[in-house]
Amino acid sequence: MNIDTIKNGYVIDHITAGNAIKIYRLLDLENIGCQVALITNAKSKKTGTKDLLKIGKLIDINLDKIAFIDPNVTINIVKNDKIIEKKKIEIPEKLINVCYCNNPRCITSTERNLNQIFNLTNKDKKIYRCNYCEALLEKDKFIY
Amino acid sequence: MEKQKTRNLIDIKDLSKEEIDKLIKVANDIINHKEKYSHKCDGKILATLFFEPSTRTRLSFESAMLRLGGKVLGFSESSSSSTSKGETLADTIRVVSGYADIIAMRHPKEGAPTVAANNSIVPVINAGDGGHNHPTQTLTDLLTISREKKRLDNLIIGLCGDLKFGRTIHSLISAMSRYENIKFILISPNELKIPDYIKTEVLEKNNIEYIETDSLEEYMSDLDILYMTRVQKERFFNEADYMRLKDYYILDNNKLKNAKKDLSILHPLPRVNEISTEVDEDKRAKYFEQAYNGVYIRMALILSLLEGK
Repeated sequence: MNIDTIKNGYVIDHITAGNAIKIYRLLDLENIGCQVALITNAKSKKTGTKDLLKIGKLIDINLDKIAFIDPNVTINIVKNDKIIEKKKIEIPEKLINVCYCNNPRCITSTERNLNQIFNLTNKDKKIYRCNYCEALLEKDKFIY
Repeated sequence: MEKQKTRNLIDIKDLSKEEIDKLIKVANDIINHKEKYSHKCDGKILATLFFEPSTRTRLSFESAMLRLGGKVLGFSESSSSSTSKGETLADTIRVVSGYADIIAMRHPKEGAPTVAANNSIVPVINAGDGGHNHPTQTLTDLLTISREKKRLDNLIIGLCGDLKFGRTIHSLISAMSRYENIKFILISPNELKIPDYIKTEVLEKNNIEYIETDSLEEYMSDLDILYMTRVQKERFFNEADYMRLKDYYILDNNKLKNAKKDLSILHPLPRVNEISTEVDEDKRAKYFEQAYNGVYIRMALILSLLEGK
């Protein structure tokens, strides 16, 4: 399978197999107006399989969104056909407008123009709680 | 108007143990020297913004401010506020914080006080937000326990009733977990057991001993404090569940026959059936004293927040 190399953009590597589509959707890559390659289940020496994302444009990307989905990825920044930086990311302490609170009693369910904020309360277990009602962040409650 | 950093009370965890001890000390001084405090808030205004009715809590706040020489304004249900016209909470608070020196807010939505504090130029006190927090109730409970027992450590505390949705229970556990040698007996039907996160993130994290049971009598003779709670209809989405559980526990004289002579029975009030009225005559019933104490601890809190300390 041939995928064009990119002149300027990002190669997001070492994505846990299955997570690339989540990152693709969360970064809204279908609407950025450039080439995007999404490769799933590529071979990986370390983990057996991995996903990859190639983005053919140096857009502003929300690293917190990527780190929340998969903090183990490597983000290669490509300029003029060369990788100028390999960025490692860490699980974010705060998520702003990445996920929504699923508690129907939470103020975020009624108050307009309120940022959806979650705070990391347990790094080892990756537990986030709503900044307002302290409810646990439930699985896959992404704001797309 | 510029938003300056103000002190607020949103969650009991906002206060250090030392700050709580100081509030209790001031509240005790107010009880003993009421005259000394009767003009401390002359010229100050408390806004009581009650987006859901809670007559007792609102009157307690208003009484506290009036006893300090201040004045009060506000509303007692959301239909009399601009919320009914579609105004956001943030806008309501921005406006009202220009009308008053301090705000006490009750809101049915959990986390609403955080939104209020973020938009207010004056201190905000959370007077209850849904099933989430009610820090001034916890301060009231702590003042009452400290007055009745002369200590806040070395206590066996029975918590009975709705331990799942009961915010006063969650806040009290959180506050008491900071004191030495506290043991909790958690008494509830299976459906209303304490949430797992309270067990893992508060009790187990602080090495607090606890026992879960559905029997009110089993550990009665061990208790220093028995804290009863009402099963609140408004916390249920399903009427049938509420009907089945509302009278699960009824404390009466017979159930108290093995209790310690110096047990203190507390209840955040209002009660429905969970404490039989015959218990009111028992010297161990302290829930009305608890309600009176609520005014004094709120006075101490208002003073503290207005002084910015």
